Amino acid sequence: MEILLSDLLEQYGYDFTGYSRASLKRRISRLYGLDKALSFAEFRYRINNDHGYFKRFVEQITVNVTEMFRDPSFFKTLRDVVLPKLGTYPFIRIWLAGCSTGEEAYSISIILKELNLLHKSLIYATDLNPTVLEKAAQSMFAMSQMKQYSENYILSGGTKDFSSYYTANYSLAKFDDELKSKIIFSTHNLVSDHSFNEFQLILCRNVLIYFDRDLQHKVLSLFDESLEELGYLALGTKETINFSQITDRYKRLQTEKIWRKVEV
Amino acid sequence: MKKCEAFIIGGSAGSLDVLLRLLPRIDAAIPFPIIIVIHRKHGSDSLLTDLLSSRTKLIVKEVDEKENIVAGTVYIAPSDYHLLIERDNTFSLDYSEKINYSRPAIDVTFQTAAEVYKSNLYCLLLSGSNSDGVNGLKSVQLWGGKTLIQDPASAQVAYMPAQAKLHVKIDHILGIEDMGDFINLLA
Repeated sequence: MEILLSDLLEQYGYDFTGYSRASLKRRISRLYGLDKALSFAEFRYRINNDHGYFKRFVEQITVNVTEMFRDPSFFKTLRDVVLPKLGTYPFIRIWLAGCSTGEEAYSISIILKELNLLHKSLIYATDLNPTVLEKAAQSMFAMSQMKQYSENYILSGGTKDFSSYYTANYSLAKFDDELKSKIIFSTHNLVSDHSFNEFQLILCRNVLIYFDRDLQHKVLSLFDESLEELGYLALGTKETINFSQITDRYKRLQTEKIWRKVEV
Repeated sequence: MKKCEAFIIGGSAGSLDVLLRLLPRIDAAIPFPIIIVIHRKHGSDSLLTDLLSSRTKLIVKEVDEKENIVAGTVYIAPSDYHLLIERDNTFSLDYSEKINYSRPAIDVTFQTAAEVYKSNLYCLLLSGSNSDGVNGLKSVQLWGGKTLIQDPASAQVAYMPAQAKLHVKIDHILGIEDMGDFINLLA
């Protein structure tokens, strides 16, 4: 596996060496089996010489599982506490790092719309993986998921009819274009790319779990550089900033994994 | 008997009762970690930790990501994440696809632990109604670890341990009352 990781870095500039090994190894083994590679040498050759296959490789070894309004209590805090506070600003800039296929971006957009803040907001939704971003930009999700998402939405404090946000089209639900109008989907690699703006809210949920501690330190510093004073940083349910050097400048909101950058 | 570096217990339907009976019997000075992966609904984490904690003097805690694995501690896999063991003896979490309709999947923890602890690993599969854990036990066996199941006859839902028995060479079949002694004797 270490050979593959150094190939990816040399050949394509994708650096996975700071990723947690157990998960990465499982993903690579899974793909190896799925694509019925004949040998390691053949697998490696394909990754290095077939650009289409390389894209598939990156897509398959990164985890792109996500849902709308996942962890409803988190989205309730966004709705009730964080976004109303940011609503007092003339303009709201949000960075959703590791947005995958976009379910969270649309969730946030729905809340902003209901709070009447969407018109003055901009959501930068980024991922290292261009393929998932293309999917995200289509604003279409499986109809079979809508029951679950609707339940999550209601638990998160939503009071509208969730189905009013999409049009059913056979097995797909197409979300309203208005929701997408304030989302910019763009590639950004947390491992190698720099800060590109200043934000009042950065969300990066269930991405750091795939990184080792060193890389987590680095990425948290990147978020710190990209966050305005009094801005908010939101992580996944099992993630924390407690071990990192930025922790002194942040105050956690009760119960949820949301920290506010305090004035120094 | 081989040295035990980690004892991992996987269970599904009908396994909570077994854990509640087993935990009080485990010595407080047990020199290896006990890692528990059970299927349950998302969102009731602290409840389970509190419940299990009330039955033992050992520290019972839900795993934090990248946490060092320490002997004498009972770790619970958080709901809705897969729990993996890293080579540097830490935990990591993963939110990838469900396996056997389950997250956490017992297979994932057994398989990643098998490669790390090799012959010094013991994995016990309890009562349950799906076949999660069976492939995991296969890996454990392949890497030289010990495979254990709850006696299907004693299980509320026999399917899971019975599937393991059918597909994997099992080293020990344990009744509920025998599990505590078995674990204590590995010390």
